[in-house]
Amino acid sequence: MQPKDIAALLDEPACTHNKKSKSGCARPKPGATAGGCAFDGAQIALLPIADVAHIVHGPIACAGSSWDNRGTRSTGPTLYRIGMTTDLTEQDVIMGRGEKRLFHAIKQAIDSYRPAAVFVFNTCVPALIGDDVEAVCKAAQERFGVPVVPVDGAGFYGTKNLGNRIAGEAMVKYVVGTREPDPLPPQTARPGVTVHDVNLIGEYNIAGELWHVLPLFDELGIRVLCTLSGDARYREVQTMHRAEANMMVCSKAMINVARKLNERYGTPWFEGSFYGVRDTSDALREFARLIADPSLTERTEALIAREEARIDALLTPWRERLRGKRALLYTGGVKSWSVISALQDLGLDVVATGTSKSTEEDKARIRELMGDDAKMLAEGSPRALLDTVREMRADLLIAGGRNMYTALKARIPFLDINQEREFGYAGYQGMLELARQLALTLESPVWNAVRAPAPWQATTEVV
Amino acid sequence: MATLLKRTKALTVNPLKSSQPLGAALAFLGLNRAMPLMHGSQGCTAFAKVMFVRHFREPIPLQTTAMDQVSTVMGADASIVEALTTIFSKNQPRVIGLMTTGLSETQGTDIARAVKQFRAEHPEFDEHHVVPVNTPDFSGGLESGFAAAVTAMVQTLVPPAETAGTRPGRRARQVNVLAGASLTPGDIEALKELAEAFDLRPIMLPDLSDSLDGHLTAEAFTPHTTGGTSLSDIALMGDSAATLVIGPSLTQAAELLEKRTGVPTHRFDHLYGLTVVDRFVHTLSRLAERPVPPRIERQRAQLQDAMVDCHFMLGQWRVALAGEPDHLLAATELLQGMGAEVVCAVAPARGEALAVLPIPEVKNGDLEDLEHMARASGAEVLIGNSHCGQSAERLGLPLFRLGFPQYDVLGGYQRTCIGYRGTRQLLFDLANLALENHSHAIAPYRSVYGQKPEYRNEDTVHGLAEAVARA
Repeated sequence: MQPKDIAALLDEPACTHNKKSKSGCARPKPGATAGGCAFDGAQIALLPIADVAHIVHGPIACAGSSWDNRGTRSTGPTLYRIGMTTDLTEQDVIMGRGEKRLFHAIKQAIDSYRPAAVFVFNTCVPALIGDDVEAVCKAAQERFGVPVVPVDGAGFYGTKNLGNRIAGEAMVKYVVGTREPDPLPPQTARPGVTVHDVNLIGEYNIAGELWHVLPLFDELGIRVLCTLSGDARYREVQTMHRAEANMMVCSKAMINVARKLNERYGTPWFEGSFYGVRDTSDALREFARLIADPSLTERTEALIAREEARIDALLTPWRERLRGKRALLYTGGVKSWSVISALQDLGLDVVATGTSKSTEEDKARIRELMGDDAKMLAEGSPRALLDTVREMRADLLIAGGRNMYTALKARIPFLDINQEREFGYAGYQGMLELARQLALTLESPVWNAVRAPAPWQATTEVV
Repeated sequence: MATLLKRTKALTVNPLKSSQPLGAALAFLGLNRAMPLMHGSQGCTAFAKVMFVRHFREPIPLQTTAMDQVSTVMGADASIVEALTTIFSKNQPRVIGLMTTGLSETQGTDIARAVKQFRAEHPEFDEHHVVPVNTPDFSGGLESGFAAAVTAMVQTLVPPAETAGTRPGRRARQVNVLAGASLTPGDIEALKELAEAFDLRPIMLPDLSDSLDGHLTAEAFTPHTTGGTSLSDIALMGDSAATLVIGPSLTQAAELLEKRTGVPTHRFDHLYGLTVVDRFVHTLSRLAERPVPPRIERQRAQLQDAMVDCHFMLGQWRVALAGEPDHLLAATELLQGMGAEVVCAVAPARGEALAVLPIPEVKNGDLEDLEHMARASGAEVLIGNSHCGQSAERLGLPLFRLGFPQYDVLGGYQRTCIGYRGTRQLLFDLANLALENHSHAIAPYRSVYGQKPEYRNEDTVHGLAEAVARA
């Protein structure tokens, strides 16, 4: 990828970080950087597309430690979970056989697995030695008659977030708009209901949590053309240009997709979340507002009223158990404000939150939710997190899996909200699972057991 | 604490219970150069033997007095004498454990009298020991039979202090350990290592880890046990500094041992989990007058770490338990300590441990009861012996095998659950099972409008009907 292309991706006018003095995403700092590379970001953004063969073109380190590592789920194909890599050897690198190996790899993937399409993820080594991945993909597509899409996000291009954008860019450039949506199945017609098409961008169906939300869309008569990329199919991505409204679900990972679809096809978009009762209702309302069908608006309000009443009754016993518990929230990709409102819905006090990835708008929303004296953590080092837990007398740390063992080693209850988790928290129904998981760790008897000194230490302490 | 729900059915369906004589035979298999002898019909022995062989995957020495029609009616004392004579002369064991069965108890046998008759008629075997014990299979179960045998061993093989001249604490580094039926050979091995880490010399009674640990021996065949507690060690138990008792079922045996020898007793309900093992280790440390070795401290810290890691999977896990009373108590306390919920428990027979079981009620029953209770209480997993397999299958629940018998897996006899290390492995195994079977996964949902190709041939109207019905 050319430096100017990378610069163009970094300059994301829809992102509020752009408004700061330092334009674009900050450069990673050697010796003090956590988090993945552009390849990582590109791969995880697209891997959930279930019927595609995802080939990682590079030596083993890139795919070897990252294949099938996500909690994202599919209703059908499991091809996305099959790890594929060209596993480049020293000879390939020295003799320049990478391109040839890639071409044959694509053929093998098509012959063995009959994928709907092949995505080829570029990595550092072939990018450096100059493999023309785009040309190989083009040639392979012509030869084998299956779409072959290059995703040029080598690790050294930049951060994981840049990789997300590169992935989105590849979809907009090569896939979106190459097919018209299917006609609506005739048996789904309902009198007085006009079906509207939308997309959910940046929703990964972690632990199947999308399935908590989709039934609501079905009921409202909203067809989700494509979820980019949780439980998606290649042919769905192709039709994304026909949506009447797009929702940027949490994380700004693929904000460029929403913006470009808006520029090219005029699709309005909004940013929302399915975490928490309030945010789920807000997201549904926002769709109704953008689509502006009075009948849909009416149905949406009725559904919200019914679902909120239903879930409120179910959550009441959990709220009793969770009320007043103090949580420290430190999120990576998931937006803090979204989770804060979900936790508040459950009766918890959020005493501090991480803001290292938050925009000024995010921070304003956080202040709105938590009050002016909200403690915001710009830095998320293990030490800083633990100090804050002590200082704020937090009962629990809520963070991504990376911080799990920080909390556990310090004998602090923990809730994982990152993408590797096994439980889905989205939608109204997801709140029940969230409440259950919170109670499970907060009320566990192990904390007292592991905090107490050994009996023989207790006696020596007295002396 | 737990209310015992009594048997209310005439028919026992899918029994959980193993018999008392089987439990007693198991205990005798933990004595060195021993032969358990069941006084009953040959089937009493054969069934027990087959079950032992399937569980341990070992040849099991077990003999029978082979009561027949004539001896059953006319008196079978002669069969006992004949059996003892035959076994002592043919197989040369040092000790025979003689247990009664349902048949001989109903007939009204007096085994003590029969042994006396044997002694009178065969002075040539005076150096050999016979431990008689009454274990009718119409009362109790494996655990109580095991306990009765241990009590009988103390009664018969441990000399009273006044006659033997033993003195508590004369051997300051020697401790007695009465090991209950819930301990596997693996557990007992771990227990010995733990005591030895404090430079203590444990005398285990019985010691299954030395006889049924599954090891190849130099001799291709021996007719009696090839390991276990030696009789000479048992004779020295009166010189020990302390007796450690594992399992409420051995209360009576422990009381008798203390009464005969004066050696002070320390009781432990079980050794599953941090708190009880802490108390056990602390006791060893005080008896040995040694600090807790760094290696043990490290194992403790490892267990704590495992507890924290596993609480996510085991917290709120709804467990249905089936097992002998001591085992139920051990498993219940461990699981509750991890935040799991024991939603129902079935014991095959009464036992001291049931009274202190920290759950509202426990059923004296069978695996059909377990099945009904597990279904009614929404259990997510069964924990019990191999017999629970069918129930688990019908319930669609995973089975975690614990207890006796375990005939459909290898190495069940060697599973170590006690101590810091054993508990840690047990937690990992339980948590892994929970992880594989976690029931909180969201069911896949197929949108009625879905453009997914594999939906085309499927009935998506169904989903719409539901959606419309909700609206």
